[in-house]
Amino acid sequence: MNIPLADIVTILPELIVIGMACLLLVLDPITPKSKKDLLAWASLGALAVCVIMILGSFGGRVMAFSDLVVVDGYASFWKLLLCLVSGMTILLSMTYLKEEHIDLAEFYGFILLALVGMMVMVSGADLLVIYLGIELMSITLYIMVGFKRFEARSIESSAKYFVLGAFSSGILLYGISLLFGVAGSTRLSEIASTMNDQSLSDPLVLISLMLIIVGFGFKVAAVPFHMWTPDVYQGAPTSVTAFMAVASKAASFAAFLRVLLEAFGGLKPNWTGMILVLCLLTVALGNLVAIVQTNVKRMLAYSSIAHAGYALIGLVVAGWIGTEAGVSARGVSSLMLYLAIYSFMTLGAFSMVAILRNGGLEGEELNDFTGLAKRHKGGAFLMMVFMVSLAGIPPTAGFIGKFYLFMAAVNAGLAWLAVIGLVFAAISAFYYLRVVMVMYMREPSSEQELTTRLALSPSVSVVLACAIAGVVLLGIFPGPLVSVADLSTLPVK
Amino acid sequence: MEVPISFYLVLSGLVFLIGLVGVLIRRNIIIILLSIELMLNATNINFVAFSSYLGNLSGQVFVFFALTVAAAEVAVGLAIIIALYRHSASINIDDFRMLKW
Repeated sequence: MNIPLADIVTILPELIVIGMACLLLVLDPITPKSKKDLLAWASLGALAVCVIMILGSFGGRVMAFSDLVVVDGYASFWKLLLCLVSGMTILLSMTYLKEEHIDLAEFYGFILLALVGMMVMVSGADLLVIYLGIELMSITLYIMVGFKRFEARSIESSAKYFVLGAFSSGILLYGISLLFGVAGSTRLSEIASTMNDQSLSDPLVLISLMLIIVGFGFKVAAVPFHMWTPDVYQGAPTSVTAFMAVASKAASFAAFLRVLLEAFGGLKPNWTGMILVLCLLTVALGNLVAIVQTNVKRMLAYSSIAHAGYALIGLVVAGWIGTEAGVSARGVSSLMLYLAIYSFMTLGAFSMVAILRNGGLEGEELNDFTGLAKRHKGGAFLMMVFMVSLAGIPPTAGFIGKFYLFMAAVNAGLAWLAVIGLVFAAISAFYYLRVVMVMYMREPSSEQELTTRLALSPSVSVVLACAIAGVVLLGIFPGPLVSVADLSTLPVK
Repeated sequence: MEVPISFYLVLSGLVFLIGLVGVLIRRNIIIILLSIELMLNATNINFVAFSSYLGNLSGQVFVFFALTVAAAEVAVGLAIIIALYRHSASINIDDFRMLKW
């Protein structure tokens, strides 16, 4: 069997990352403890090469492996974001893993493996490829969540994630199998061409569409399929939580969007309603339950659920019947913009939680942030900016993201949806600003002054600098990112 | 005599439902794992049946991938369950209530 060289070149970024991941797994046991950082730098190097290659091929649309894989602007946009986020997670982990005494270089290998899964997901043009990408990502994440294997909480969350993750993959796969029966193929384009007016009421198509939405709903943590999120996010090592909240969510959204628009583009009347219900439930429940949380990590987990709800607004706009193609495309691009901005602010917030130490433990309770501004002016200020941005207050990037989403909704004639989004964004300001209030207005007890500290290091500083730069610069000059997102949006039929 | 496609669909639907209900109501995590396997195997029945019905081999290719992925998933899953058992000496999911609302 011959594989054309052109096909190999198309997936070269993935091959580099997976090669590096395998190399790390082999090198980890034979590397002395003091040299583990070298392996992290090596994986960052591989990511840098990858980013350059993706940038080099940005813009075109190439199909490879007899239409199994597509590399278009949409895929490249997500791949760049995912590589960036993975690089930041690796930098954060270099310090975090040492603080937690779990500094094994195989961790970086797992990050790269999960990254390959995500990159495959976003450039899959066939349900088989997308499924394999999802599984590679999920199985790796199950392991990473339980990485603190001597800690009962971490293992418990890993088991929960495994059971629900495998369950949701099973549901997704069953949907794919029914769809294969109807369409006779798993290619997204061929599925789209077999869908016609009759399929709108074909029970088999409806069931498979529903199962696929449920499967992806689990992956993006949309209510009512979110039950695993708070537990897993709280129990997992914080750098893994950051990675999951940002990268796995972005990749799942990317694949979800591509499947719905490219394969089910003709069935919009069937799925827009379902997505709208998911969207409303997610925004409402995520924001309301976040209010009662006293653990910052868990609060951020609910906040990530709420943000998934906002992002779903973009999907509703893209699928809304009777909107012009331009407006629908705006829905897609505003979703991409929103998730890119969300990545920076959420990664920043989780990084702060990861480096705030209370004795030998993570300072993840709201109490641990008490009076942080007195001791670490810089750290408290960064956390404040991330919180303000998550709440969507100008001039931060969080505002820009919400602005474009709500504008897209208004243009599609969904002004009421934008209003609901605004109301819940106002509610969310309460729990985000509570963290700021605790940091700036409360006096720390003398005992706390002794035990809590920030585990700062050069690599963490780079992560925080990247995150804050993203939040502030995108808030003031959103133009370039907006035009990139507009350029790389999916063609909406 | 050829077996009609609907028979296979009903069979796979039943197997899938048994798995689904098993995940939702059983409390032993190993049984839950087996129920998930049932769901995945229901999928395989579907793929093979459709593949033969449509005369399209790609369904069987999908089955190979699904089987391999399921094996990898179970390997990781069992490892997690063993780690869990070492901590709590239990595999009943009602005992794991450390993380909740």
